Amino acid sequence: MKKVIVLASLMLFAFAGVAQAAETLKLLTWKGYAPKALIDKFEKETGIKVEATYSNNEEMIAKLRATRGAGFDLAQPSQDRISSVQAKFKIYQPMDYSKIDADLFIPSMLDAVKKNTLVKGKSHAVPFCWGTSGLVVNSAKAPGASSYKDLLNEKYKGRVTYRLKRPTLIAMGFALGYNPFELYSDPKAYKMMLDKIEKTLIAAKPLVNNYYANGDAALASIRSEEVYVAMTWESIGWKAHADNKAIDYIAPKEGALGWIDTFAIPAKAENVDAAYKWINFILKPENAAYFSSQENVPTASKGANKFIKPEVAANFERSFPQEAIDNIKWYPPVPAKLESMEGKTLDRIKAAN
Amino acid sequence: MKGSRIVFWLFLAPVLVWLLLLIVLPHMDLLIMSFRGENDYGDPVWTLQNYWNFFREPIYWLTFVRTALYSVITTALTLVIGLPVSFHIAKIARHKLQSTLSLLLLLPFWVSELVRIYGWMILLRESGVLNFFMLKLGIIKTPIEMLYNDATMIMGLVYTSMLFMVVPLISVMESLDDSLIEAAYDLGASRLVIWWDIIIPHCKPGISSGCIVVFMLALGNYLTPNLMGGKNSLWFTEQIYNQFIASFNWSQGSAFGFLLLLLSSLIIWVGLKLSRQKLGEVAS
Repeated sequence: MKKVIVLASLMLFAFAGVAQAAETLKLLTWKGYAPKALIDKFEKETGIKVEATYSNNEEMIAKLRATRGAGFDLAQPSQDRISSVQAKFKIYQPMDYSKIDADLFIPSMLDAVKKNTLVKGKSHAVPFCWGTSGLVVNSAKAPGASSYKDLLNEKYKGRVTYRLKRPTLIAMGFALGYNPFELYSDPKAYKMMLDKIEKTLIAAKPLVNNYYANGDAALASIRSEEVYVAMTWESIGWKAHADNKAIDYIAPKEGALGWIDTFAIPAKAENVDAAYKWINFILKPENAAYFSSQENVPTASKGANKFIKPEVAANFERSFPQEAIDNIKWYPPVPAKLESMEGKTLDRIKAAN
Repeated sequence: MKGSRIVFWLFLAPVLVWLLLLIVLPHMDLLIMSFRGENDYGDPVWTLQNYWNFFREPIYWLTFVRTALYSVITTALTLVIGLPVSFHIAKIARHKLQSTLSLLLLLPFWVSELVRIYGWMILLRESGVLNFFMLKLGIIKTPIEMLYNDATMIMGLVYTSMLFMVVPLISVMESLDDSLIEAAYDLGASRLVIWWDIIIPHCKPGISSGCIVVFMLALGNYLTPNLMGGKNSLWFTEQIYNQFIASFNWSQGSAFGFLLLLLSSLIIWVGLKLSRQKLGEVAS
């Protein structure tokens, strides 16, 4: 009997060893950023298996910090959350741009990300995709809502939703007439703005249907018409638009908040070559276009536009006329001190009655 | 004799390694981290600041008080519902039915907590199943929002922890001699007196262990308050998460974690003192 147990456990270990043998790329990314079809295609072309772990900015940083940059070969943080984190925790390694096919990228976007992720003279990321947060409005129920101020509008009592996270604070800053990004370098003035925002959002609490926890929850509330005005991403608005033409994404008057998600290689990545291969693979126009059509998210890939599904391209043209694009407020890198201040503000808003 | 000794240690070793590597060591690391902080120049130093912050900032300890209070309410409600349920299963139901009933209680736990909570959300939301039927039947005119308030959250917590109350209760009730209850009836005791003087004193160890488990589960729950709770439902675990994940302040988060451990142990100790019991009796 004992022998059988020993034998069985040995076999178990042996199997675990075999399973590890094939070459893999451990990707730490966002939901939807590694579509099944592209993973299969990549495996066929290179023989490398992709193991994707889904996460968000904050959890990505926490995961990599816990292992000091080990456990994953490639991560996808937003560009504004790299430099201060890198300076403090050193969880990424500098990007070797000679291994990247620069022709695949929209040059201005590649340069902007290089500049924003510069730590000690070295850049740490390349852009993958971008998007904005703005308003998703049900125009049948809330005609004319087009400003972040409409999130505070008495008319829509109980029909408003937003996330209790930093984008909402930034949007409220703009709504109240500040420019939060200019205040990044002045913590005192930033604190004063946060205090004003805190008062405003606490006073506006009765208007809120619910602070949504994730994109799926927001989409469910909007689709079921429990909510008329939401602050969220365009992809959610466009998904709802496909079922109900009255619902659409609107770039607010104050400017949509623009983010760029990137590729960065963790400090102790094991399979760096596979990471570069994946970057060069997914930014090929046809692959990037497949991702964009699937997820309604534009990429940094040059020339992907002509492969994108027409209805997805139409979404983009409808929601982003030229002046809305010019008005996008891109997130600059976040200085380290601000996040704990914001964290306290968010806690106080959530706890207030 | 000697051979069995070796086998004993051989089988115990994985458990000890598991305890040491996955429970003791990480906790030591967290404990050390909770005493770390930065001085004004950003250099790491030893400090009590993280613990001091908890008592100095009302937002932190008020959240804890709120969490503890709601956990106590949850525990009390679970007990009130759990007692008759387990009495029915242990004493009234026919023998064949007993195992079926226990199985029915267990059945929802084959699905993960997340899925169960989403199930409740689909039932209760404004455009949800319950509202749909009530509208169809003409009971209400406009749909009611039943999610996102404290009552729903407590219901969710009671639902998720019910099993952990009922199981210890059933096991102590099974050891209760039926003739005691029959004798009490013969002597003319009312139902209330029977419950108060016979059943509850007999079940005390089961009640205590059930209450401890449910209280700890409610206090340490993260999913239910976060998903079903309202706009004001900041739970203490959420604050720990926020410190770790959103503010990158691991030292503060670890300090909160240890405070949660200490304060909840304190509450249980007070509870045991008040009901004049010892932890050893309850655990056995």
